[in-house]
Amino acid sequence: MNLQNFLLMRHELLLILLVIVIIFAEIFSKEETKHRIINFSIVLFFIQTVVGFLPVTQGELFGGMFQNDIFRSTFKNILNIGVLIVLLQSSAWLRKEENKEKISEYIILLLSTLIGMFFMVSSGDFLMMYIGLELASLPLAALAAYETKKAKSAEAGIKLLLISSLSTGILLYGISMIYGTTGSIYFADVAANFGNSSLQILGFIFFVAGMGFKISLVPFHLWTADVYEGAPIGITAYLSVISKGAAIFIFTIILYKVFGAISHTWNPLIYALAVATMTIGNLFAIRQNNMKRFLAFSSIAQAGFILVGILGLGDMGSTSVVYYILVYIFTNLAAFGVVSAIYNESGKENMDDYNGLYKTNPKLSLVMTLALFSLAGIPPVAGFFGKFFLFTSAASQGLYILVLIGVLNATLSLYYYLKVAKAIFIDPSDNPIPYFKSDFNARVGLLLCVIGIIVVGFAASIYEAIYSFSSLI
Amino acid sequence: MIQDIPIQYFLIVSTIMFFVGICGFLIRHNLITILMSIELILNSVNINFLVFNKYLFPNQLQGNFFVLIVVAIAAAEASIAIALFINMYRMYNNIDVENISEMKY
Repeated sequence: MNLQNFLLMRHELLLILLVIVIIFAEIFSKEETKHRIINFSIVLFFIQTVVGFLPVTQGELFGGMFQNDIFRSTFKNILNIGVLIVLLQSSAWLRKEENKEKISEYIILLLSTLIGMFFMVSSGDFLMMYIGLELASLPLAALAAYETKKAKSAEAGIKLLLISSLSTGILLYGISMIYGTTGSIYFADVAANFGNSSLQILGFIFFVAGMGFKISLVPFHLWTADVYEGAPIGITAYLSVISKGAAIFIFTIILYKVFGAISHTWNPLIYALAVATMTIGNLFAIRQNNMKRFLAFSSIAQAGFILVGILGLGDMGSTSVVYYILVYIFTNLAAFGVVSAIYNESGKENMDDYNGLYKTNPKLSLVMTLALFSLAGIPPVAGFFGKFFLFTSAASQGLYILVLIGVLNATLSLYYYLKVAKAIFIDPSDNPIPYFKSDFNARVGLLLCVIGIIVVGFAASIYEAIYSFSSLI
Repeated sequence: MIQDIPIQYFLIVSTIMFFVGICGFLIRHNLITILMSIELILNSVNINFLVFNKYLFPNQLQGNFFVLIVVAIAAAEASIAIALFINMYRMYNNIDVENISEMKY
């Protein structure tokens, strides 16, 4: 193996380098200039994102543990863009007095979880996947408990840590059974030796349960709303978009590549999970008043829609899933960007507080409305095309009843998304949130999101490009 | 292959450990005990991996190495968990799981 092979790990190595540079910047910067680390790391991360778009060769390292190809590196670039927006949006919050001491802590931990997700996305065996999964979830627990003085934040951290350790335990138990029956932990060998014995199926079900916790599918979703509510808003956005997206991506790849031979066995399972996730996520979202909890249940419902796409199988399934994650990153980050801008300014995060927002802050209101329309899937914006491709992919397998349930759920979701729009535009309020101008970084972040929502929907070449890569895996 | 001990015995022990861990996670009130339950689950996984490796695939080491990594990561997990518990202890002066039930439904 020569050194050039390491270029395959370019995304990961650059991120590790970036983390080390930020550690040194923290050590050698003076107390009064610590806040400059925020913009410094955003610039560095932007360079890393741009470098990530350079073409990558296909290949594997460490005897097949680490695989990279153009599909996976495209997905890493999508994650990079998302994290860039998250960093931009959380910078105003990081500059606050109470967080001044631990700015670099936040950025370092955030980037460490991203390294874990990259390794997870590129994994070629269960060991690498497990290491990546843990690296992606352990620092997140510390980040959720970032506001050490707040009881809610501590609660969110403990809940996230305990649930993610339990789910990892269940996942590993499943992997141990798969190892015992196939004699290997490499994806390719497992796929070749996978028969139809009961122990293998049991191991597979444990595996799905473990991943279900990470993606917050319905019987395993109970932690989601609590953690999302308690964690700082930047982390909530990160959890709901980046972390969930990476977990769904690797889940899709493993379902297709490793367990592809028994797709007739897992089809009904994923079918049931998809129906339950969509329906229960939507029904619970209706009764929420806190915006973070509301977006938590909406993100559970979105995971259900993605499962519908997974059932499409083949290139079409994986393409529609990746495309939807791209759309979802821009859309959800726009919604979270508005929520966090308002929270930073006024400390309010309930739906009632948004009454009359349009009169005082018309621009923010329009961004929020665009994001909500995209989440609900109303035609001119990207969310519609995302859902359209997901449903098309499921319909190509003849799952018309599932598509019908999905469409009904999309209609149901329109009700609660428009409830927020109603609060913003119609409901009167005696003391609405006063006019404010958020800082430059937050505005750039929101602008990126809006461009993403509009462009991704109209540029058909993006879907075509992802489709042409997806046949490589 | 260990003399006179069939593979089933090990698997029965590890299965019991796994479900004891799950039960402990669900019904215990002390956070440290919940953490111990998680360790039980992880250790039952370790037993599984080692036994499968020793009995079924004795000429390779994949299971052994998996166990090494699981043990290392479990240590990292425990350290973060303890840090969060200490943070909680400063707020409530105990580590009962009832405290962290402010957010519901």
